[in-house]
Amino acid sequence: MQHAATAGHLETNTGLDNRKLLMWLFLGSECLFFGSFIAAYLLYRDRSVTGPYPKDLFDIPFTSVSSFVLLMSSVTMVLALSAIQRGNLRQMRVWLLATAFLGTLFVSGQAFEFTEFYREGLTLHANMFGTTFFVLTGFHGAHVTVGILILMSIYILSLKGHITEENSLNVELAGLYWHFVDVVWIVIFTLVYLVQ
Amino acid sequence: MAGATYTPRRVTMAEALRQAREDAGTYRGVWSWIATVDHKRIGVLYGVTAFFFFLVGGLEALLIRVQLATPNEHFLNADRYNRIFTMHGTTMVFLVVMPLGATFFNLLVPLMIGARDVAFPRMNAFSYWLFLFGGIFLNVSFFTGGNILKGDLGAPDAGWFGYAPLTLNRFSPDNGIDYWMLGLQILGVASLAGGFNFIVTILNMRAPGMTLFRMPLFVWMTLVTSFLIIFAMPVIAVALFELSFDRLFGANFFNAAAGGTPLLWQHMFWLFGHPEVYILILPAMGIVSEVLPTFARKPLFGYPFVVFSGVAIGFMSWGVWAHHMYTTGLGSVANSAFGVSTILISVPTGVKIFNWLATLWGGSISFKTPLYFAVGFIAMFTIGGLTGVTHSIVPSDYQQQDTYYVVAHFHQVLFGGAIFGLFAGAYYWFPKFTGRMLDEGWGKLHFWLMFVGFNLTFEPMMVLGLLGMPRRIQTYPDGYGWGFWNMMATVGAFLIAASILAFIVNVIKSLRTGDVAGDDPWDARTLEWSIPSPPPPYNFARVPQVHALDDFWHRKYAEDPAGKPVPVPAGASDHADDSHGDDGHGIHLPSPSYFPLIAAAGIPLIGFGLIYDVAIVAVGAVVTIVGLYGWALEPAAE
Repeated sequence: MQHAATAGHLETNTGLDNRKLLMWLFLGSECLFFGSFIAAYLLYRDRSVTGPYPKDLFDIPFTSVSSFVLLMSSVTMVLALSAIQRGNLRQMRVWLLATAFLGTLFVSGQAFEFTEFYREGLTLHANMFGTTFFVLTGFHGAHVTVGILILMSIYILSLKGHITEENSLNVELAGLYWHFVDVVWIVIFTLVYLVQ
Repeated sequence: MAGATYTPRRVTMAEALRQAREDAGTYRGVWSWIATVDHKRIGVLYGVTAFFFFLVGGLEALLIRVQLATPNEHFLNADRYNRIFTMHGTTMVFLVVMPLGATFFNLLVPLMIGARDVAFPRMNAFSYWLFLFGGIFLNVSFFTGGNILKGDLGAPDAGWFGYAPLTLNRFSPDNGIDYWMLGLQILGVASLAGGFNFIVTILNMRAPGMTLFRMPLFVWMTLVTSFLIIFAMPVIAVALFELSFDRLFGANFFNAAAGGTPLLWQHMFWLFGHPEVYILILPAMGIVSEVLPTFARKPLFGYPFVVFSGVAIGFMSWGVWAHHMYTTGLGSVANSAFGVSTILISVPTGVKIFNWLATLWGGSISFKTPLYFAVGFIAMFTIGGLTGVTHSIVPSDYQQQDTYYVVAHFHQVLFGGAIFGLFAGAYYWFPKFTGRMLDEGWGKLHFWLMFVGFNLTFEPMMVLGLLGMPRRIQTYPDGYGWGFWNMMATVGAFLIAASILAFIVNVIKSLRTGDVAGDDPWDARTLEWSIPSPPPPYNFARVPQVHALDDFWHRKYAEDPAGKPVPVPAGASDHADDSHGDDGHGIHLPSPSYFPLIAAAGIPLIGFGLIYDVAIVAVGAVVTIVGLYGWALEPAAE
């Protein structure tokens, strides 16, 4: 995984760094992963035989705000990458922390939403909506959480001086992953919350 | 994620590398295998492990055949019979044919494209360890999945494609299915990691001049297979997650009472499952496409057609899955559409078969064991492919569904196809990696026993299927006329077992006293034969410069005006020098690491934890995270 530092003498055939190509392939594979869960959600939409139903539970304004928070975290991620590419470590740290913070805010919102829904009787077992909703959005939340861990790892490494302008690819790869998870949320938010 | 410069104290890159190489020198014996990141050693590990599982799966097959040899047999009770055929199928697909494909990817791809290793050597080691642990996890279920103290086997019992609702708690209450779904999940991650690795390796690490259309066909098939893996595995992962949520946490994905439909499982399984069958067969097709030109002493006929038909198979394999599901009542429009797509996918397959035949046509054929297996592959695979086409016809398929005709068909492609192709590869490349030739006499004995045994086993199954014998029945009454054909199949199965013994004898004998192979015993065409046997750890002392398809052949032979090969005088071929000496000193090699092993070791613990106790999940997660961080932070250079 440490190709970046030695890339000087190892040219690749495509011109893309090995790790970057790996990340794109991984994200391509993830499309099928989320695609399958989303397909299962759509297949089972309106097939719950008992409540609670989506219309009883969804709080669109609340989820819109948390979606907005997640989208904004993509902006801060871009700023973090741009900072390290200009060699500005301090700024990168600020934006990394901001991204991780916004991500945490989103996950907390999701935790709150899950708890609320649970209180109103929606469980994995309650009906098809509970099954498909919790599993789909839960896997997305897990992805965001992994993203936060990656961001914080990079932050800590940068404090030790291991993130530099030369290996800014580390930040770029974390960014690719982060943006992907955001895009997936846009699809989920549209198909699950908005189109009912 | 960390930068390569991370070390406890600040050192230069050169120092870190020297240190790493010294460390490499300190691993000896078993430890040098445990910490290895060398693609050739990982390939050997894959091969030995998969062969061991091949013996396990073969033993299961023999048990099945003994039970079915005669009517009203009670050698295995119905419960054990279910578990054993489930494990036979699961083992052969996920623990034998897939990893045997990975064996050859590992051994050959870097050598064939002129690279020093794969793109991510440690991820490669991680794939192997995860495969090993996943295989063990799956097989442990025999002892722990049920109540072994009462003499009950505990293995999964719902067939290798695990149809819901058979797999739900209500119908399969013991832990066998838990082991199955979590074990396959683990093996899926291993395959995914391998798939990513080989795509990046092939797209990014080719030697100068090795354009995509100068790559050996085996490398092309590896590329297509790897793409199928990275897109098919997430689909089965989701299906297995859904099953896991149903079984472990009471979700409703396949619970009809709550509005779910078991049919979703079938769709997702076969959306993965049909690309999967090409994941199993394309590596063998790649091997055969290397073996035939070498032994016919002719270039592969219609190279671009074989490449593009492989790519076409890759794409089309996504549009045929519902031919496994005609009888589920999808409706005549869906059935017809999938029938047509299934007929169409036989076209690129047929293109390949004709190209292989044309490769042999007019060649000066040298009848060595690898060629026997390769030709056996073509013949058996053609029968398998044609019986597959008969399944595409919907009304005919209604008749064949769930009969032994289907069993015969897929063994015809997966054994007669994949296994014959893989053995062709084993005989062909054994000298390259051991330095010794396999014995021709034993090899031909192996081939003939296997060829006769194979046909004796599976052609009677075609007859049985057409006579109406359903698959997966534990026994059958006398008087249906099935006894004779079943007995033949059982005799055939034991002949196959005898052929495998011949192979084992051959390997042991040849490793000790086989003829020394030399660099290029077959007068072959691809780059791996241009270096010593076995290859040195750094593969190529000089990075090869590639000027043509079959470059190594063109270094050895020019063509006279009639198109016949004429040897090039020694020393006349040009080599590019990249300033490294021939002794391999100063070549940058990835340093060994045991972190992939640690990262992989935590994952089956998570699996056990999900079955028995959440506390173990935490332990497994910690082990894996320690492994991953150690991996990311160690001062290794790849």
